[in-house]
Amino acid sequence: MTIGLGHYLTVAAILFTIGIFGIFLNRKNVIIILMSIELILLAVNINLVAFSAFLGDLVGQVYALLVLTVAAAEAAIGLAILVAYYRNRGSIAVEDINLMKG
Amino acid sequence: MYYAIVFLPLLGAVIAALIALAGARARHPGGPPDVGVENHAHGPVDESRPRGAPDPQEAHAVLAASHTEPQPAEPPAAGSRSAEAVTTVFLFAAMLLSWLAFVDVGFGHHDARVTLFPWIVVGDLKVDWALRVDTLTAVMLVVVTTISAFVHLYSIGYMEDDPYRPRFFSYLSLFTFSMLMLVTADNLVQLFFGWEGVGLMSYLLIGFWYHKPEANAAAIKAFIVNRVGDFGFSLGIFATFMMTGAIDLDTVFAQAPALTGKTIHFLSWNVDALTLICLLLFMGAMGKSAQFLLHTWLPDAMEGPTPVSALIHAATMVTAGVFMVARLSPLFDLAPSAQAFVTFIGGTTAFFAATIALVQNDIKRIVAYSTCSQLGYMFVAMGTGAYSVGMFHLFTHAFFKALLFLGCGSVIIAMHHEQDIRNMGGLKNKLPLTYWTMVIGTLALTGFPLTAGYFSKDAIIEAAYVSGNPMALYAFGTTALAAALTAFYSWRLIFLTFHGAPHDQHHYDAARESPLVMVLPLVFLATGAIFAGYPFRELFVGHDVTEFFGDSLKFASGAHVFEAMHAIPQLIAMTPTLMMAIGFAIAWEFYIRRPELPVELARQQEPLYKFLLNKWYFDEVYDFLIVRPTLWLARALWKYGDGWTIDGLGPDGVSARVLDVTRGVVRLQTGYLYHYAFAMLIGVAALITWFMFGGARVG
Amino acid sequence: MIFPALFFYLFSGVCIAAAVMVVASRNPVHSVLFLILAFVNAAALFILLGAEFLAMILIIVYVGAVLVLFLFVVMMLDVDFAELRQGFLQYLPIGALLGGILLIELVLVLVGWTIAPGARQTIAAPIPPPASVLNAEALGHVLYTRYVYFFQAAGVVLLVAMIGAIVLTLRHKPYVKRQSIAEQIARTKASAIEIVKVRPGQGL
Repeated sequence: MTIGLGHYLTVAAILFTIGIFGIFLNRKNVIIILMSIELILLAVNINLVAFSAFLGDLVGQVYALLVLTVAAAEAAIGLAILVAYYRNRGSIAVEDINLMKG
Repeated sequence: MYYAIVFLPLLGAVIAALIALAGARARHPGGPPDVGVENHAHGPVDESRPRGAPDPQEAHAVLAASHTEPQPAEPPAAGSRSAEAVTTVFLFAAMLLSWLAFVDVGFGHHDARVTLFPWIVVGDLKVDWALRVDTLTAVMLVVVTTISAFVHLYSIGYMEDDPYRPRFFSYLSLFTFSMLMLVTADNLVQLFFGWEGVGLMSYLLIGFWYHKPEANAAAIKAFIVNRVGDFGFSLGIFATFMMTGAIDLDTVFAQAPALTGKTIHFLSWNVDALTLICLLLFMGAMGKSAQFLLHTWLPDAMEGPTPVSALIHAATMVTAGVFMVARLSPLFDLAPSAQAFVTFIGGTTAFFAATIALVQNDIKRIVAYSTCSQLGYMFVAMGTGAYSVGMFHLFTHAFFKALLFLGCGSVIIAMHHEQDIRNMGGLKNKLPLTYWTMVIGTLALTGFPLTAGYFSKDAIIEAAYVSGNPMALYAFGTTALAAALTAFYSWRLIFLTFHGAPHDQHHYDAARESPLVMVLPLVFLATGAIFAGYPFRELFVGHDVTEFFGDSLKFASGAHVFEAMHAIPQLIAMTPTLMMAIGFAIAWEFYIRRPELPVELARQQEPLYKFLLNKWYFDEVYDFLIVRPTLWLARALWKYGDGWTIDGLGPDGVSARVLDVTRGVVRLQTGYLYHYAFAMLIGVAALITWFMFGGARVG
Repeated sequence: MIFPALFFYLFSGVCIAAAVMVVASRNPVHSVLFLILAFVNAAALFILLGAEFLAMILIIVYVGAVLVLFLFVVMMLDVDFAELRQGFLQYLPIGALLGGILLIELVLVLVGWTIAPGARQTIAAPIPPPASVLNAEALGHVLYTRYVYFFQAAGVVLLVAMIGAIVLTLRHKPYVKRQSIAEQIARTKASAIEIVKVRPGQGL
């Protein structure tokens, strides 16, 4: 059968929800959160490229490229923060990160 | 002239008050001193037994030599002399003018009505400040100003050591002003103004030595018990206004006959209007004049200085109730049930107070209960419709009772503030003037023939006998019995104080006759005690009554009383004198011939003795029935009504709820990122759901 | 032909499975590896869509750089993966419920979706047929001309990220000798040389 736009969008949607699950379902460490964010961004990218292909518009791909750039930058900074945090606190277990508790 | 009579005392009071305030400022330029300091300064006074009667709860066993000097911790107030002089001079001027007015109004029949200025103008009600001067007023003016003037003079000597004299004289003059406003009132509200004014001044004067807790307690007690009476009085005024639509006396008296038979509807009862009004008004008189149920404040009021007792609690304030009933005689005459009640209360009081006075040991309390008893006599007369007879007794009683009180003061000063008669004795030779004036006063009080008291008191007993009042015979019995009791306790006082051997040699040696300023009033009042009776007899109880009093008193029901009084059997007419002789004889026997007899009798009849000594346990009963429940209620309202309910629902409650809510909300801030992300997810899902299935749709 | 569909289902299935394993696996190194797998499959999907340049970029940049960085950090941080905290199951029901709701709504949108009639006219940069121009070239035509500002901005973002990462994590080890060029250049005769008068035969 013909794979239509909807199929790709569904895939993206599923990846999106899995990413969101990953943010609050994990109890292990913070890196899982960062990876879940990457999954979300991937889902967005799939969306953009799918629309670009089916509408015949290159702007989608340009946008996806830019998203890719920003995702890379954000991953780098996030990991740097994580490293600094680990050096200070000695642990990256999610349950230990509650300094903002009010 | 009437302006001067009424307002001179006010002017004197204001001047003395200003002197007092200036003096206070000079003493404490930085404001009032610390309370602890003041108490400490008066420490020696408070530590030892308080001046005044020993605790009556104790039996006659402990004869503690209790006496304290009022050590003035501060020098006398500046300007005391001028305060004394100004107020006393003003009062004497007012007194002279009052006697002039008495002659003018009583004999010249120049009744006057002096309007001062408008007061209440509300709708149809128009009330002025006005002075109503008729014979009744003139009699009261004379009484008030004369006694007040002499008390002022006496106080110059009595209060010589006191550092707060300007305040005292200011209070005395202010009291006189209030009393004068009361007796010259032309409408019920002005009368109430004077009524409240004298109540207030009584509070201030009883509690003059406010560092003493007993004085404070006594002052509050007086004020509160008065208040209970005033409550009834206010209701009476309201009822009068409701029925007649006016409160000035002329209108009310004019409308009174039309009110007979009318009823007031209250809840489900229909009460006779006039009876209700008169009963309510009399309730005020009961409080002010210390009648049977509202009497508890009068003996405690002896905490105040003796001149205060003489002025307020013998001659003037307590007689305000009597005056009020006389003034409202047109109303009372139309309410026979109320009159019966008045007579009943009067007779009961006369007897009851006399029984208590039999065993009291504080010299001032004996005279206080005597006053209470004599007021009962006056009300007996009022109840029978013989208003002028009651006024006559008021007139004479003022003289000899004030005399007795001032004499007590002289004794107290001489014995260095000792007040227990068991510690006195043999003062006859040391204080001759005081002794003889007090004997004259006692003769008058007991009704010795030809003294003033003889004419007035006997007239009352006779009026009680002949009256058609349902309670009249009861009143006759009680007053006659009380006459015997009166003689007994009065002579007991004289014998124990002035005769016999001195119990306290040290005080006896130090006793000196009082200075001239104190003796002069005694002499003058003694003269009055003798001569205030016979010359005025015809005016008050004789043939010239109606002409003398004119319209100021209603005589409808009492009209026949005067004729009947002339026709009573000789035995009945001699009854009071007989009673007096019996009382005197028993007193002589008990305290001169065989002094061990009263002690023996008291020991044998211990319950009865205790009952009388503790004032029929009225204070204890009232404490249990009224004071404690009231305090409990007040505490409950405070703790639960105000504290729990209002504070709980109001500020405290709101703040506590805020804290609760916050505590719950704070639990959302866990510090965990994924919790926050979860919350965001929930929000996003909700938003999307809403946009998809409800809410805003674009296109 | 069923091959496109087959490949589509293959790649998307593996991608989704790998994504699930990223979240669910116990060992963080496994998580990173599964993420790499997911990205590779996503790149395959991109190729299916005709965006081969983007697919290659995805693999080279994203997988080759970013995820390898992840791996480095995971290795470096000595994460104790033995403990699986129990709280996982606590939120599962409601989380699953919410996720399910979100997913269903997303799918509902897709099912009822149609392209607006006038959308074809709004195409900003039409894709030239792939026979004539390669994807990379086509992107280049568009990127360096019309969207050059975004391109430059992306460069600035990367620069700032780089600086930021260095600033956050740079530590000077205390015992390492290093030069301070500025100090060296700023030497003066006065601070560099000290003249000591020495008596003959005395020594320093």
